[in-house]
Amino acid sequence: MQADQTLDCMGLYCPMPIVKTADKIKSLKTGEVLEVVADDPGIRQDMPAWSKATGHEFLGIEEAGKEIKVYVKKTHE
Amino acid sequence: MADSVSEEKEKLTIVVFSGDLDRALAAFMLATTGASMGMDVTMFFTFWGLNILKKNEGGIKSQGLMRRMLNFVNRGGTKRLKMSKFNMFGLGTWMMKRLMKEINMPSIDEFISMAQQMGVKMVPCSTSCGMMGLPEDAFREEALSLTGAAFFLGEARESKVTLFI
Repeated sequence: MQADQTLDCMGLYCPMPIVKTADKIKSLKTGEVLEVVADDPGIRQDMPAWSKATGHEFLGIEEAGKEIKVYVKKTHE
Repeated sequence: MADSVSEEKEKLTIVVFSGDLDRALAAFMLATTGASMGMDVTMFFTFWGLNILKKNEGGIKSQGLMRRMLNFVNRGGTKRLKMSKFNMFGLGTWMMKRLMKEINMPSIDEFISMAQQMGVKMVPCSTSCGMMGLPEDAFREEALSLTGAAFFLGEARESKVTLFI
């Protein structure tokens, strides 16, 4: 999936990927897509839950080996 | 969905009663995650939980023999927090801190400054402070001014989630 920015969360466990995502999303423009690369399996459920709570759009997950890539579209400021 | 975000924020209120390292971690993980999810977070520290907010350095100036004794044996401060289980004279706590570092987990100090930057309100309970003889300057700068149960309940009754740790 094409992303406008990438956030590296490899080696980080809950809640750090979510905390960092919340901070990173501020630097994106509305409509842009953020890719978060993590290896904590918790992110598979955490990112959809975070997106639902914050109103941003969860686009999906891609997995390659240990890497779990999740995609979120910024829908509002 | 966007409407609920732009309107009043959902609230998360946490009573931190325990001064155990492991419970403090749980409280701060949830507080910072809540703030990341756009929630308005208040942490109300009471009883042994006050140890988490005490300054690490300097003495605590309290009045009376019993309070001075209490603050001597119960000095507090993030670097003195122990595990609720398997402390084993500090060995267990030391090992747990090593393991936390190994998986890049923030320390309690890092969690406290992160929480502050994210707008989490950290409030010491005034009654516990009165009983234990803790002046406002016993606490680190991230702590807000002392407050009471009515303030906590005022926040809690408006909260979607309230936790007691």
